Amino acid sequence: MKIPASFDGKTDASSTEIFKASRRDFLKIGGLFSGGLALGVSLFSCNEKGEKTATLAPNVYLTISSAGDITLIAHRSEMGQGIRTSLPLVIADELGADWSKVKIVQAEGDEKKYGNQNTDGSFSIRMFYKPMREAGATARLLLLQAAANRWKVSVTECDTQNSQVIHTTSGKKLDFGELVEEAQKLPVPAAANIKLKDPGRFTMIGKATPIVDLHDIVSGQAVFGIDAFAEGMKIAVIKRCPVVGGSVKSFDDKKALAVPGVLKVIPIKGPGLPATLSKPLSGVAVIAENTWAAIKGRDLLEVQWDLGPNATYSSAEDIARLTKEVARAGTVRRNRGDFAAAKAGAKKVIEHTYIAPYLAHATLEPPCALAVVKDGRCEVWACTQNPQGARDILAETLGIPVDKVKINITLLGGAFGRKSKPDFMLEAALLAKESGLPVKVQWTREDDLHHDYFHALSVQRVVATLDAQNKLTGWNHHIAYPSISATEDQSVVQPSDGELGLGATDFPYQVPAIRIETHDAPAHLRIGWLRSVRNIPQAFAVATMMDEVAEARGVDPVANALELLGEDRNLTFEQEMGKGKYPNYGESITDYPWEVARMKAVIQRVAKEAGWGKKLPKGSGLGFAAHKSFLTYVACIVEVRVEAGNKIVIPHVHYAVDCGTAVNTDRIRSQFEGGAQFSASLALKSAITVKNGQVEQNNFDGYQLIRMPESPKEIHVHIMENQAKPTGIGEPPVPPFTPALCNAIYAATGKRIYTLPIDLKG
Amino acid sequence: MALTKLTVNGKVYSVDVDPNMPLLWAIRDVIGLKGTKFGCGMAQCGACTVHLNGTPVRSCSTPVSVVKTQKITTIEGIGTPDHLHAVQQAWIEEQVPQCGYCQSGQIMSAVALLKQKPNPSDEDIDTYMQGNICRCGTYQRIRSAIHKASGLLQEKKPVKTTPAPVGK
Ligand code: FES
Ligand code: FES
Repeated sequence: MKIPASFDGKTDASSTEIFKASRRDFLKIGGLFSGGLALGVSLFSCNEKGEKTATLAPNVYLTISSAGDITLIAHRSEMGQGIRTSLPLVIADELGADWSKVKIVQAEGDEKKYGNQNTDGSFSIRMFYKPMREAGATARLLLLQAAANRWKVSVTECDTQNSQVIHTTSGKKLDFGELVEEAQKLPVPAAANIKLKDPGRFTMIGKATPIVDLHDIVSGQAVFGIDAFAEGMKIAVIKRCPVVGGSVKSFDDKKALAVPGVLKVIPIKGPGLPATLSKPLSGVAVIAENTWAAIKGRDLLEVQWDLGPNATYSSAEDIARLTKEVARAGTVRRNRGDFAAAKAGAKKVIEHTYIAPYLAHATLEPPCALAVVKDGRCEVWACTQNPQGARDILAETLGIPVDKVKINITLLGGAFGRKSKPDFMLEAALLAKESGLPVKVQWTREDDLHHDYFHALSVQRVVATLDAQNKLTGWNHHIAYPSISATEDQSVVQPSDGELGLGATDFPYQVPAIRIETHDAPAHLRIGWLRSVRNIPQAFAVATMMDEVAEARGVDPVANALELLGEDRNLTFEQEMGKGKYPNYGESITDYPWEVARMKAVIQRVAKEAGWGKKLPKGSGLGFAAHKSFLTYVACIVEVRVEAGNKIVIPHVHYAVDCGTAVNTDRIRSQFEGGAQFSASLALKSAITVKNGQVEQNNFDGYQLIRMPESPKEIHVHIMENQAKPTGIGEPPVPPFTPALCNAIYAATGKRIYTLPIDLKG
Repeated sequence: MALTKLTVNGKVYSVDVDPNMPLLWAIRDVIGLKGTKFGCGMAQCGACTVHLNGTPVRSCSTPVSVVKTQKITTIEGIGTPDHLHAVQQAWIEEQVPQCGYCQSGQIMSAVALLKQKPNPSDEDIDTYMQGNICRCGTYQRIRSAIHKASGLLQEKKPVKTTPAPVGK
């Protein structure tokens, strides 16, 4: 399986074409539509010259029935970010639809029909904002034309509003439903004739729209992966090898089979090493009538394991080894000027080692998937971020054509990158095939924490040099962590360009000498990507060191950042890294430049809103960090109060965010509120440790997450208003919060933080 | 296995289950009410919160055998889709959910809190709700929604109903 292009490669550059769907096209979406207007959007991937290479997605995104019902297709996975609302509302706004009568239907996983559905890397809005606007605007123009024809007036005298076409001069109105038959007969207007709404006339874009699933969620009706159901469904719980790369030697299932309700015990073959980003781990599955019987049966299984070469691995020893490793010279990945000379001529050298642990995703809904395999077909219901990746590998594994595999996407009870791996779906399909029964595989919390695709531990050393004038002359960043790529290919022992481009090699400050070096760190667990990926440790090291640099220079941290960002200009990094070595989140640096002015603007805004510089009582402090990730500019100020017994209280967090055009301001706010809490968990609570190759934390008592009493109290989100291309908001809140908190703790207590999670007693 | 009668949301169900089966799985797998969620299985996260005679319990750690004649209320039983409970209404007005997975449990805890303390302070809320994890981090909005629900409940007016919105 591929690592998402959104942070390690190139996203499918696409252009669009709108087409009118034939009866056959809309029959494909099954029973939703029985006549009227149906429009599709074709997405083309393009080569570097912008020529079309392949048609990705000729599919229906929009239908209007003669009764006036509007159905919009949501083709990206919903995991709490609000995408099932935000993309359809873009269509509805352009169209002039009555939102209260719009129906949203979740698309199945099918790349040919829907284009890229890999909901990852904060790029749903970035990639689909424009095509969705064009689809809405095309439908609008067809309806305007139909009405104008009927009234024998000019199209320019007509407008849409609340699912009606209005003749602006006479006030005459026609419902969309009355016009669709005629609209469907009109030719699709050429792209050049499509006029997108003037942003000043947006009715939904840029405003706060409640999510479409709100009512279902609060009334307990929403369907998540765990709620999927098929007639005759059985539940499987699996005992997996506790060490990655190990396998089942033998097992005794007598006691398990004696549990009432247990039906079958089936072993699953694992891939050994490399463990891969897609295949299930070696284990033994217990299939039962209900979840409880399956859990009980699993507990009673006796399995002999061949634990394999990772059985001696210890994360504490790994950290000790990497700490020595980063003290040496490494492989240079970005170089500007002469760091050695800067160091030799320095008046002051600041040097620290930063340590961060393994993290688990711990989505509140553990992975689960239901599969029915029958008559050469496979149908799966799952909480998946990447239905197409899963579809391909399911077809390959089961040995059936891709079009015989159907993936139904439920709501996702949290995902954060975990649910882009199809391992749990493959488990369900393999067991369904082997048992001949519809099988739902249910992961327990223990399974989830023991067998995650972990956020890798990391050790970094940063050296900053100041000259006699207190000028920052040199920046040397040493980095060691197992790479995601090692999960597929064990020979990879160094971070990829993509991983480094998440907050390390894109170091934006004007320093005469910059040297970024990497070190060997082989993987011993399955390494994956967690919300904002390597930005987490890299922003932690960079932004806390910047705070020390400011202090050493005798400059305020905010002023320091603004000064070191320098003149307003666009940054490029490639000339100091090598061609093609700065992925820029899969986008070309010309389309999405690194704009210093935008970064400075969010810094100034957050400083103003948070009252930066205000006097706080003893034991309280403000901390600042700025960090661009996933093409979104963010600055953050955290206020902290450290009470008796080292109790950390976070009364306020301020974020300023520039994500280009804001689509749904409420979901931007909620992602930032949640992002601060997510970051607070990893800053204050969470760590996965490994001994004898096995994860030591079993449940939320060991792997702790932030709870309400210690959670940041008020998170204020200040959204910059602009018309730039929209960029993502799922991941960017996470990286700057933790270093801002560390810097606030320093301001409050005089204690610097170099190790996560924060331990003030240590 | 043993035949047991369970009263859920005012309806009596006869279930034939292992008396040690946690109530959570009896409700989800046997009775088929899916609003109650599984998050940890050991009283750590609160996703499975239901009421027994009005008192909140973690159904994942409550064996069916201890329920006896106590009345079980789940998220499906505190209101109806057309007549939501004030807490559900407040959750909508404050737009609390992100992924939504924890929210049944959060709402069940909040309903119980407001019964005990109709005017909770921020500290009361933080302390009472600490058994409910939200991995998406909706805590700030949960706090506001509980204050709002407290107001709605004391207005004593019938709670305004929200029409089932788009998407259904
Ligand atoms: S599932 Fe019961 S408390 Fe977590
Ligand atoms: S809303 Fe996702 S866990 Fe709470």
